[in-house]
Amino acid sequence: MSAVTIPARQASGGVNVKVINRIVIYGLLALFALFYLMPLFVMLVTSFKTMDEIQNGNMLALPRAPTFDPWLKAWGETCVGLTCAGIKGYFWNSIKMVVPAVLISTMLGALNGYVLTKWRFRGATLVFGLMLFACFIPFQSVLLPMATILGSLGRFGVTLQNATGTSFGLGNPTVNLVFVHVVYGIGFTTLFFRNYYEAFPTELVKAAQVDGASFFQIFRRIMLPNSMPIFVVTVIYQFTNIWNDFLFASAYAGTGDAMPMTVALNNVVNTSTGVVEYNVNMAAAMIAALPTLLVYVLAGRYFVRGLMAGAVKG
Amino acid sequence: MLRKLLIGTALASGLAFAAHAEDVKEVQMLHWWTSGGEAAALNVLKGDLAKEGYAWKDVPVAGGGGDAAMTALKAMVAAGNYPTASQMLGYTVLDYAAAGVMGDLTETAKKEGWDKSVPAALQKFSVYDGKWVAAPVNVHSVNWLWINKAVLDKIGGTEPKTFDDFVALLDKAKAAGVIPLALGGQNWQEATMFDSVVLSTGGPEFYKKAFNDLDDASLKSDTMKKSFDNLAKLVTYVDPNFSGRDWNLATAMVIKGDALVQVMGDWAKGEFNAAKKTPGTDFLCYRFPGTDGSVIYNSDMFGMFNVPDDRKAAQVALATATLSKSFQSAFNVVKGSVPARTDVPDTDFDACGKKGIADLKAANEGGTLFGSLAQGYGAPPAVANAYKDVVSKFVHGQIKTSDEAVTELVKAIDDAK
Amino acid sequence: MSTVATSQIKLTPEHARPRASVRSRLQDALPKIVLAPSFAITIVFVYGFILWTIYLSFTNSKTFPSYVLTGSRAYQRLWGWTFDTDPPSSWYTSITNMGIFGFLYIAICLALGLFLAILLDQKIRGEGVLRPIYLYPMALSFIVTGVAWKWFLDPGLGLEQTLHQWGWTSFHFDWIKNKDFVIYTVVIAGVWQASGFIMAMFLAGLRGIDGEIMKAAQIDGATTFQLYRRIVIPLLRPIFLSAFIVLAHLAIKSYDLVVALTSGGPGGSAWLPSNFMYEYTFKRNEMAVGSASAVIMLMTIVAIIVPYLYSELREKPR
Repeated sequence: MSAVTIPARQASGGVNVKVINRIVIYGLLALFALFYLMPLFVMLVTSFKTMDEIQNGNMLALPRAPTFDPWLKAWGETCVGLTCAGIKGYFWNSIKMVVPAVLISTMLGALNGYVLTKWRFRGATLVFGLMLFACFIPFQSVLLPMATILGSLGRFGVTLQNATGTSFGLGNPTVNLVFVHVVYGIGFTTLFFRNYYEAFPTELVKAAQVDGASFFQIFRRIMLPNSMPIFVVTVIYQFTNIWNDFLFASAYAGTGDAMPMTVALNNVVNTSTGVVEYNVNMAAAMIAALPTLLVYVLAGRYFVRGLMAGAVKG
Repeated sequence: MLRKLLIGTALASGLAFAAHAEDVKEVQMLHWWTSGGEAAALNVLKGDLAKEGYAWKDVPVAGGGGDAAMTALKAMVAAGNYPTASQMLGYTVLDYAAAGVMGDLTETAKKEGWDKSVPAALQKFSVYDGKWVAAPVNVHSVNWLWINKAVLDKIGGTEPKTFDDFVALLDKAKAAGVIPLALGGQNWQEATMFDSVVLSTGGPEFYKKAFNDLDDASLKSDTMKKSFDNLAKLVTYVDPNFSGRDWNLATAMVIKGDALVQVMGDWAKGEFNAAKKTPGTDFLCYRFPGTDGSVIYNSDMFGMFNVPDDRKAAQVALATATLSKSFQSAFNVVKGSVPARTDVPDTDFDACGKKGIADLKAANEGGTLFGSLAQGYGAPPAVANAYKDVVSKFVHGQIKTSDEAVTELVKAIDDAK
Repeated sequence: MSTVATSQIKLTPEHARPRASVRSRLQDALPKIVLAPSFAITIVFVYGFILWTIYLSFTNSKTFPSYVLTGSRAYQRLWGWTFDTDPPSSWYTSITNMGIFGFLYIAICLALGLFLAILLDQKIRGEGVLRPIYLYPMALSFIVTGVAWKWFLDPGLGLEQTLHQWGWTSFHFDWIKNKDFVIYTVVIAGVWQASGFIMAMFLAGLRGIDGEIMKAAQIDGATTFQLYRRIVIPLLRPIFLSAFIVLAHLAIKSYDLVVALTSGGPGGSAWLPSNFMYEYTFKRNEMAVGSASAVIMLMTIVAIIVPYLYSELREKPR
C-alpha cells in the first residue's frame, strides 16, 4: 500500500510521543469497534439460545447451552409463507437482481460523473442538480405510478411474446426490479462519481485529448484505473440498498419464483398473531446479510489509494 | 474480470427471461400468515385444494400486521395483476369492491348456504352491493382476559365479573408483589384493550352507537369520559417498562407468572400453546369483566378478485374450500380463533375455543356481535387509526385528562370521517 | 480545488499514446449522448412522478388515486395540524422530530465518519478487519437489528438490567420508554447504522488525495491538526456534499428505523414525516393527505438543499 506518510510520525520527534499516539489511535478504534459490535453481540448470543432461554434469561447473557438449531432452521426449515424450506433458496433470486442493477447503475454513474466534470457543457450543473434532487423522492409516492407503468410494459411484453416469441424481459419481475433500482440508483452513483472526479486533475484529460485519445479511451484508460476507491464506495452503497430493499421487492416481485431475500426474511421475521422465534429470526438476518458482508470484505481490499497517488509517488 | 461478471449477469438475466404462462389450475394467494403456526394453519387449505387438483401459488408478504401486504396488493392492482385472492381486513374489502376490482361469488354462496351460516355482522364486510366478494376465514375476539392460574390461586383471586371486581383483583396482585396487568404500550394494543373497557363501561348498546355508528352524542358522552377514567385506572397497574413492548412479550409475562393478566385477542392463546400450557390448568380465559354475552370481533377474510373467466373455477374452489366445515375447524383449532360459520362442531377445540364458539353463536343471535374499532372492524381505517392515536396519547400522557381525551376523540373522528 | 488540478501525474506510455483525431463532431456530441438516457429517465420517473404526487395532493384521493381536482383541503388539514401542539398532532410530532433527528443524525454521522476515516488512514494494522466492523450495520436488515437495539435499550431487558445485575443499581437509562427522549434513541441506532458508510466515503476521499500536497505541507512544518484543517478537509469538500446528500436522504426516508425500534414510540412520539406519509397514504387510506405531506417534505428539501447546492456547485473559475 503506497500511502501518504503519517503526519503524526513526521511531525513528532520522539519515539515516546509516537508510541503514545499509536496507542491512542488504536484505543479509539477499538472503542468504536465495540460500539458497532454491541447489537451484533446481542444477535449472535440470541441466535444460539433456545426459545426457552430467550424468554427467561437476560438478553445480553451468553447462552447457557449453545445450540445450532436456530441456524439450521433458518437455513433450511423455517417457513417463508407456506413453503417451509428455509431462506437458502432466495439467495439466487436476489443475486440475479442485485448484480445487474449494481453494475448498470454504477457504470452509468461513472460515465455521468465523467461527463459532468470533464466534458462540461452549458447547463451541466443544472442537469447534475436535477439528478441529485432525484435522490430525495420518497419511494412510497412512486410505488403506484411505477406499478402502473410496469404493468403496461408487462402487457406489452405479452403482446411481443405472441408476435415475436420473446417478451424481451418485459413483465418479468426480476427485470422490473433491476429497472426500478437503476432508475432510482443513478442519482446516487452519479453523485458519488461526479464528486470524486471533481478533484481529479482535468489537465490529464486535456493532455490526453490533445494526444488524440477519444472520449471512451480517456474514460477507460485514465478515469477508470484511478477510480477504485469510489467504485468500492458506490458498489457497497448500491449493493446494500438494493439487497435490502423491501418496498419495491414486495410490491413488484412478491410471488414465490422471483421473491428476493429481503421479502423472504421479512416473512420469516414478521408475524402478526403468531409465535415469534427470535433465535431463528436473528440467525436468518445474519445469513441474509452474508453476501453483503462478503462484498464489504472483498470490495474493501480495493480500498487502497488509487493508482493516481501511486503514480505520483513513483 | 469485469467482462466475466457482465457475461455472468447476462446469462443470469437470460434465465429470468423464461416467462411462464398463467396456469388456470392454480390459485394465486396474497397473505401475511408466514410464520410457524399461521403458515401451518393455511397449509391445510393448500392441501385441500391440491386434492381437487389446484396448485397453490404463494404470495406471502408479512410485516406490520398486513400493512406491507396491503401495500403490495395496491401495487399489484395498479399494475393490473390481480391475485386470485388476498387476505384482507374489514373495510379494505369494501374499498376494493367499490373500486370494482372484486369478483362475484354469489352463486357459490347460494349453493353453499353462506347466507345462513355466516353471522350477519361478518356479511357486512364480505357482501358488497348484494354480491359476495370475500370468504371469511375466522372470527377473532378481542374482549378476553388471559390469566396465569398459579398466580391467581396464589393471591386467592376468582373470576372478576364486573369492572370493580377486576380492579380489586388487580389490587390483590399488586399487594402480592406481582405485576397486575401485562400490557404492551403500542397504540393498537392499548386501543384493543380500550374497546373492551368501553363495552364494559357503557354496555353493548353504547359500544355499538359509539364505535360502530360513530354517533356524536355517544362519543361526547359522560360514559365515554368514564371509560377513559377506567382506562386510566387500568394503566396504573402496568409495570413502568410497558411502553413499546410487543404483545407477545406481554403474553410471555403472564406465561412466566411475572404478571397476572393480559387483555388481548384470542391469538394470545397461540403463545400459551407454544409454551405447552393447558387452558383450565395453567391459564384461564375469561371474558373481559362486564362484557360477558357480547363479542367484539375481527375477522380475516379472503377477498376474491375479478380474475379472467378461465381462472374463476380455481377461485370458486378456493372459496368453497375456505368455508368448508372441515377446513374451518382444522384451521381455527391451530390459529386460536373460532370458525366464521356458526354451524361447525366444536369437538376439536380446547376449552377456550369451545367457549369462544358458544359466545359467538349467542352474540350473533342476541345481536351483541360488534366490530372492534381498534382492529379496523368498527369504522374505516382513517377513523380507526385516529382513534388509536387518541387512546395512545392518553395512555402515554400527551393527553392529560379524560375530558381532553373525549374532546380530542370527537375532533379526530370528525376530521377523519 | 486548484491545488489538485495543478499537480502533475506521470502517464504510462500506453495512456499517452497519441491518436489521430477522428469523428470530431461525434466526439463533441458524445458526452451529451452518454448523459441523455440517465437524464431522461430521471425526468420521467422522478419529476413526472413528483408532478403526479402534487396533482394527487389536490384531489380527494382516499384508498386509490382519484383524478378529480377538489382543492387544497389536504394542505389545510396539514396546516391546521402544524399548530396543534397540545396534545401534539402526529404531523407536529413528525416535523419537530425531523428537525431534531435530521440535525443530530447528519451532524454526528459526518463528524464520526470523518473522525474514524482519519484514524483508519494512519496506516492501521488490521484495517481490513476494522473496516467491515464499522460497515456491517448497513448490511443487516433493520427489521431485525431494530429488535436487537430495542432489547438492548429496554430498561427491563438490556443494558440497564445487566448493569443492575452487575451491581450498578443506580444506573438508569429508559429513553426508549420516554416520550420526550425516544427520538434520541432513534438517533443512536441511526448513527450506528449509517456512520460506517460515511467513514468509507471519507476514506475513499482521503485515499484519493494527492500525497504530494500533504508531503509539501509537512515539509513546511504544518502540525497534524493544521494539515487536516487547512488542507485535507477542504479537499474533501465534494465528499462532504456526497455524504450530506446520502445522510439527508436516509434521514428523510428513515421509516423502518422508527417502526422496528419504537413501533412509533409512546403515543406516536417517535414519528418522522416518512412514517406520517406511509401511514396516511397506505394505512389510513388518505392518499391526498399522504401526497400533500410528501410534497411539503420535498419543498422543505428544496429550501434546504438548493442554497447548499448553489454554493457548492456554482461554476468556479477554473
